[in-house]
Amino acid sequence: MTTLAELIRQGRPAPDHRPWPRATVDAERWRLAGQRLAEGDWTLLSLWGEAAAAHMALRDPQEGMIAVLSLDCTDRRFPSIGALHAPAIRLERTMNDLFGLAPQGAADERPWLDHGRWGHGHPLGDRSEAAAARPYEFLAAEGEGLHQIPVGPVHAGIIEPGHFRFTANGEAVVRLEQRLGYTHKGIDGLMMGADLERAAKLAGRVSGDSTVAYALAFARAAEAALEIAPPARAVWLRALMAEMERLANHFGDIGAICNDASFSVMQAHCQTLREQVLRAANTGFGHRLMRDRILPGGVAADLGSDGIAAIRALVAEARRQFPTLIKLYDNSASLQDRTVSTGVVKPELARRFGCGGYIGRASGRDFDTRRSLPYAPYDQLAFEVTVLTEGDVNARVWIRIREVEQSLALIEQILDRLPAGELRTALPGAGGEGMAMVEGFRGDILAWLRLGADGKVARCHLRDPSWFQWPLLEAAIEGNIVADFPLCNKSFNCSYSGHDL
Amino acid sequence: MHRILFDNLVKGALTEPAPEPEDAALAELAAALQRSARRKLGRSLSIREIDAGSCNGCELEIHALGNPFYDLERFGLRFVASPRHADVLLVTGPVTRNMQTALERTYRATPDPKWVVAAGDCALDGGMFAGGYACLGGVSAAIPVDLHIRGCPPSPLQLLKGLIALLDMDKVRNR
Repeated sequence: MTTLAELIRQGRPAPDHRPWPRATVDAERWRLAGQRLAEGDWTLLSLWGEAAAAHMALRDPQEGMIAVLSLDCTDRRFPSIGALHAPAIRLERTMNDLFGLAPQGAADERPWLDHGRWGHGHPLGDRSEAAAARPYEFLAAEGEGLHQIPVGPVHAGIIEPGHFRFTANGEAVVRLEQRLGYTHKGIDGLMMGADLERAAKLAGRVSGDSTVAYALAFARAAEAALEIAPPARAVWLRALMAEMERLANHFGDIGAICNDASFSVMQAHCQTLREQVLRAANTGFGHRLMRDRILPGGVAADLGSDGIAAIRALVAEARRQFPTLIKLYDNSASLQDRTVSTGVVKPELARRFGCGGYIGRASGRDFDTRRSLPYAPYDQLAFEVTVLTEGDVNARVWIRIREVEQSLALIEQILDRLPAGELRTALPGAGGEGMAMVEGFRGDILAWLRLGADGKVARCHLRDPSWFQWPLLEAAIEGNIVADFPLCNKSFNCSYSGHDL
Repeated sequence: MHRILFDNLVKGALTEPAPEPEDAALAELAAALQRSARRKLGRSLSIREIDAGSCNGCELEIHALGNPFYDLERFGLRFVASPRHADVLLVTGPVTRNMQTALERTYRATPDPKWVVAAGDCALDGGMFAGGYACLGGVSAAIPVDLHIRGCPPSPLQLLKGLIALLDMDKVRNR
């Protein structure tokens, strides 16, 4: 059986791609990789296009190998991976929308991000005339007594826009179909030709709640492409910011999930903790969300003694308050009644989709980028990755509770051992290709980057963990009641903006 | 549960004093108010939030307005679920072309008199996303805007100052 390493050896290597190899293969080997994905041997990390090529990032867990396969598509077609392996379908629809790269034999040929509003088709390929606007064809659900409930894109709460089409039998949901793309800002296109400074800012605005994680992923991809290493102090400060971002999001979401189960006292307390994290971040880094603080080559500003004191006070306060809240969550029957056995994602499905973050780990997928593909300084820090198998709302809450505890411990370790020194390494104005994966609060974020010889971005691809989580929400809601959808949705908290880009 | 409730009673409120309305916001609003006759709403506004394509950063800070530190509702400001119930549309994002129709329809569904507050740098002029094929570039490109609140994202305090400016219309008129 062909291994991923063999496939790469048989292809034409890209010499400047770091740290993992990339090779251009023929259509037959491209298809072979799709079969290995379908058989469940490998994990799809991402799939993306450019003007005349398709790229696919893969992980072979047995070999512990990561690699990118590329396929020349001079005729703007490529053999569909989605026809073999469902997690690729939405990514392929996007490649067609943006670049006009048509997946041959695809099971679903509907547009995805393109709603017919851009004035033309394939904005990043050969621009075509806009297709005549026609209604989006939702999948059919037929049967006696079924009715549809359309929701969105403007929702009742303060959340991002997206459309959900429920088909229900009474209160029970028999099918949910999502339609996304409403927040498509054309970031792939804006990246092209941008200098590294602007591109890093764009990356930090892909998904607001993960601004640190995206800036970090982008910076690490750029540093891999340029073969430079940031100073040690910058590396540790980055991890400190990443853990604070994780804390803030977990606090906010644990509270919001409980609120959706009509248990608002948890919401009030968790929101208070979240606000305290953001204020400590503001004191330490000068911005509540720590936006634009991570740059290729290092960090934008140092952490002073005020900041360190504020973050230490935060950790002490969280350690004092949080255990009581966990007890409250665990001992409230009315809350457990809503979260236990609601919105189950089966472990097999999480594995097939390579689903990251708390959704994957609540469904038995033992993967955390910080430990599975360790990067500095996590390779020198002690932490545990919790995995559960129930896959329900309750399990996702518990994974987050454990991650809060781990992040608090990580922040203490980082502050205890924070090295002194420079904050930024100078950037050589050179070309190259780089790739990086980091663990955002929501799961693994992938950044791939090609820099031209002028040091500007030729093509950048950022893949949000939500790509492989949104489809599982469609599966998780099946058989649940409509009223439990907000609870399921909140326990996933997939990104709209990160997905729509 | 009892311990938490008891602690809350003893500990006192976290809520902080109200900020003064921002001068720039007041001036901008004064100009907006002169453009048309406005009914006095009293100290109560219902807000419908619309994400017209933001990165979600603004939404996170708008959410924070409800936490015990800022406690938005003490000012008579509250978020409502439908534009039919709203006096104010609080809009974020660079208005993606894919959201334009939804934004315009939400605006039309909001009864008069209504105010539009554009929150965040993207909502002013498209921010970093301006110039692309996918964004209109600012809320005013789609619907009339009465007040901008700058920031990327604006902090809860900045948002609160802008919204308090909306309530302090008498103060505005007397300037």
